[in-house]
Amino acid sequence: MTTLTRNASPAEHSVRRPLKRRGQSDLKIALFFIAPAMIGFIVFYLVPTLRGIYLSFTEYNILGDPTWIGTANYEAIGKDPLFWNALAVTTQYVLINIVLQTALALGLALLMHRVAKSTLIRGTLLLPYLMANVIAALLWFWLLDYQIGIVNYFIDALGMPKVAFFGSEEWAIPTQALINTWRHMGYTALLIFAGLQAIPHHVYEVANLDGASPWQTFRKITLPLLRPVLALVLIVTIIGSFQVFDTVAVTTQGGPVNASRVLQFYIYQKAFTESDFGYGSALAVILFVILALVAFIQMKFLKGNESDLD
Amino acid sequence: MTTARVSAPARPAIRRRPFNWRRAGAWALVAVAVAVSVLPFYWVLRTALSTNAALASNATNLLPADFNLGAFERVFGLQSPEEAVADGGSGAQIDFWSYLRNSVLFASITTTGAVFFSAMAAYAFARLRWRGRNAVFSLFLATMMVPPIFTALPNFLLIKNLGLLNTMVGLVLPYIFMTPFAIFFLRQFFLNMSREVEEAAMLDGAKHLRIFFQIILPNAAAPLATLALLTFIGQWNEYFWPLLVGQDESVRVLTVGLGVFKSQSPQGAPDWSGLMAATLVSALPVLILFAAFGKKIVNSIGFSGIK
Repeated sequence: MTTLTRNASPAEHSVRRPLKRRGQSDLKIALFFIAPAMIGFIVFYLVPTLRGIYLSFTEYNILGDPTWIGTANYEAIGKDPLFWNALAVTTQYVLINIVLQTALALGLALLMHRVAKSTLIRGTLLLPYLMANVIAALLWFWLLDYQIGIVNYFIDALGMPKVAFFGSEEWAIPTQALINTWRHMGYTALLIFAGLQAIPHHVYEVANLDGASPWQTFRKITLPLLRPVLALVLIVTIIGSFQVFDTVAVTTQGGPVNASRVLQFYIYQKAFTESDFGYGSALAVILFVILALVAFIQMKFLKGNESDLD
Repeated sequence: MTTARVSAPARPAIRRRPFNWRRAGAWALVAVAVAVSVLPFYWVLRTALSTNAALASNATNLLPADFNLGAFERVFGLQSPEEAVADGGSGAQIDFWSYLRNSVLFASITTTGAVFFSAMAAYAFARLRWRGRNAVFSLFLATMMVPPIFTALPNFLLIKNLGLLNTMVGLVLPYIFMTPFAIFFLRQFFLNMSREVEEAAMLDGAKHLRIFFQIILPNAAAPLATLALLTFIGQWNEYFWPLLVGQDESVRVLTVGLGVFKSQSPQGAPDWSGLMAATLVSALPVLILFAAFGKKIVNSIGFSGIK
């Protein structure tokens, strides 16, 4: 999903060049080479996708067989306050992530590009990204603990009231989003950094000669030329954030009350705690549609796959 | 924010100046970012080496409070339940050795399978000519758009019907045949590889199997290693699928074990040192891989995103 296909075009060319010497098709040997991947694709991607859509129109509690009930699940979801709450909470999480993560990563990328060029520093900033969500969640669960967590100790020392990061309804989602931002910041910065490096030098030299101020250069040159990368970063952030689950499952479990019951956690609860697979599948279809829409809108309006450099 | 200054002639001028406030400020920001990324890990280590009793009264000391390895003994099941409870643990049976072993098995089996089979498929997409090739490739790519939870529900049912719940086979099966990203990544690389050697070999009558094993794979060793590294880390960190299929102690991986350990921790006064010791044990293998191959990982991100 997240690929900068910088060097795609020359290669595409070579594949189209026909191997004149061998006129016949390689179908037989190709089938052999592709067989394992094909099995995996059909059994664990294609069929489950179709089965998931089918299950969303049924009532199914694992025991027995699914019963076709038409669109009843979807109608129930429309009237389900917990679903709308999950959607609102997840959207809040996604929004905080987009703003914080993109802004911080852009700043970091500029710093990497201009001052801190060492691979060691870039590597260090990437470290949180390589950790499992579960690890990031537990680490911050400790640092942000209300009683003896170090962060609240400093907040207290500064004379401010302690914050129940995981225990209060207003902080539960921002806290989850902050953990995710911490984990992804360096990674996103590296993606943007790669984009910055792809901007040719002479563009800046011309701007310099024309007497453009640093801010003008940034707004009129850097940002527009970074657009494909920023579009990619945005879509990766949005799609990834919509599927938040691990940190919530390990720390707040959807609470307090419903404050952090995000979509995927709600799906998990419906399907695996309440054994309502039909309803859970219908919720998953809705999540799927949301993500497809996001990708479509990004391609259509941000023109993420075109560059201004051409 | 002064991007225009990048231009080369400006640089010597900057270097000659004795002190540059803007540069110092930029470095200070970099230092903050590095500190935010790294210091939490030190705090985990410091906590893991402390005792629960001493932690509460010693919240800010940079060194471990009452230095002690008890937390690690607890995590590896070396403490008796009575000792564990006395140290602030739950006393429940926990054995991170077995979780560690399961994580290693899960991540290495899936990585080996996915990378090898994806390389085969990528060869068929990059080098062989057959009808429907591009259509099938697009279909494979499209699966990257399907959110994992969507296929996880039916896949869970399939594994359950096959009677493979709580087995290593059930855990690895959905990942072992391919990942769309791996196929895409390798196809891209194969397309950029020179064909001269292959064409010469083909004139000598070499078959595709020989070309794949003796020319393609050795020449693609570097990207294969990078891909294996990224896949391994991704699998090591996987939580959702093992949570559904591998709850049982015998196949429980580290991420799931961490979650269980956390939920067993006494509610009022959590076993912080034990939890942080467990966290560190789970993070350590990735930290080691990172220390050894950090550069490879960092450089791979210019080409494409992980996952």
